[in-house]
Amino acid sequence: MTRPIAVVAFAQLPSVRRDTGRDETELVLPVVNAALEQAELTRRDIGFTCSGSSDYLLGRPFSFVSALDALAPWPPASESHVEMDGAWALYEAWVRLQCGDIDTALVYAYGKSSLGDLRDVLAQQLDPYYLAPLVPDSISLAALQARSLLDAGMCSERDMAEVAVRSRRAARDNPAAQLKTSRDVEELLSEPYLVAPLRKHDCPPISDGACALVLAALPVAQRSCKRPVVIRGIDHRIEPHALGARDLTRSLSTELAARHAGALEGSFDLAELHAPFTHQELLLRRALRLGPEVKVNPSGGALAANPMMVAGVARIGEAALRLSRGEGRRALAHATSGPCLQQNLVCVLEAT
Amino acid sequence: MSEPIKVVPMHIRLDYIVTAGRTYTRYLQALAHKRIIGGRCPRCEKVYVPPRGSCPTCGVPTGETIDVQHTATVTTFCVVNIPFGAMPFKPPYVVASLLLDGADLPILHLVRGMPADQVRMGLRVRAVWVPDEALAPTVESIRWFEPNGEPDADYKTYEAHL
Repeated sequence: MTRPIAVVAFAQLPSVRRDTGRDETELVLPVVNAALEQAELTRRDIGFTCSGSSDYLLGRPFSFVSALDALAPWPPASESHVEMDGAWALYEAWVRLQCGDIDTALVYAYGKSSLGDLRDVLAQQLDPYYLAPLVPDSISLAALQARSLLDAGMCSERDMAEVAVRSRRAARDNPAAQLKTSRDVEELLSEPYLVAPLRKHDCPPISDGACALVLAALPVAQRSCKRPVVIRGIDHRIEPHALGARDLTRSLSTELAARHAGALEGSFDLAELHAPFTHQELLLRRALRLGPEVKVNPSGGALAANPMMVAGVARIGEAALRLSRGEGRRALAHATSGPCLQQNLVCVLEAT
Repeated sequence: MSEPIKVVPMHIRLDYIVTAGRTYTRYLQALAHKRIIGGRCPRCEKVYVPPRGSCPTCGVPTGETIDVQHTATVTTFCVVNIPFGAMPFKPPYVVASLLLDGADLPILHLVRGMPADQVRMGLRVRAVWVPDEALAPTVESIRWFEPNGEPDADYKTYEAHL
């Protein structure tokens, strides 16, 4: 039996192609302040803080320590960090809250993908001996996966373009999104390939951004928020490092995480999927057994804004935000990490 | 059979356009104009040098910009005796925690101009700048600090900053 934990606040910076001059503290401070304000809590009320970011993106060591100033960590705060998407920071905070001795947690994530060459930077997460020296960049690896899906007859280039059009048009109402319009499918399909079989529209934008969430155990959550959104299940699984050892046309780790999070039972009103590439949404829908009745990525998803280390946890925030507004009763949120959906987290959210 | 492979050369180059941050940018630009600036936290009223994007005690950006003095008190120090890669001088030399007059938090910098074994807590020092034409937005615009001849500061004046 797990302790019910709710998302009581979510704040994010609008994603932009290139942020003008803010360092990590300056990125994090406004979202932390906004999330705490929403939850009507102060920093001193927070039992535990966990953040997600990557020094490789910022190009400076211990960037996450600089960001800590935004927490006002003096007197010292109880804090942890993951060198991953913030969704895994949220998972750590959720686990910490299960201990029962604290009632609130703050989760934040930030990423500036614009400072280096993102494709080269992401190549560094690969196996260092056999793969990284070949510098297969993130788009080429995604293209490899898209090719596997196309060749297996599991989707078409038109299906992929439709995902792009729907995502970017859905983002029109999302103030944090970066790409909010799309040309029609026919026009997109007449464009040349970027890395075949991917065209530019199949790929996410390069984004800088930050977001923060507040989690609270149920009695406290009800004081902090009119309509807390409860995490009913959460789980994450990882696949092998070697791409050749994986079936790229399936996401076994998503299937397993979904089963353990309770996401394969009951129906969903909406789903926020962290699918940076169009074909990955199609693959994830299958892994999560989402039917056409489920509204997928009403925020626009990672195809509309993809700040690295933020875009995953933002799916949980976006889904919770919609449920708290009364746009549904039950939502699925998903986050991914690593090349070709290597690691996946699934979270089931319910409005109270 | 064959020799075990002990080394795999891998040349990785990643180029970044690093962001100093809006607050630190002001500090660095001031150094290029031979000024040392701090920022006063609007809540606890402490003057931080450099100014900060968030006061680590209050969680608000430091506000008002304050020009602090170029004189300081050595609050604590160490003597570097062992040579290493990119060291700025031949050892022994002194790295010190320096409380600039007008600031509430010390900065780290070098102390020169006196034998290392005579540097002490409470020693009064002043900034030695590079020539005007070499001023740039970097802490290296201050070459080091040297004794300014004033009597040592009373321990009570800096004990809260150790």
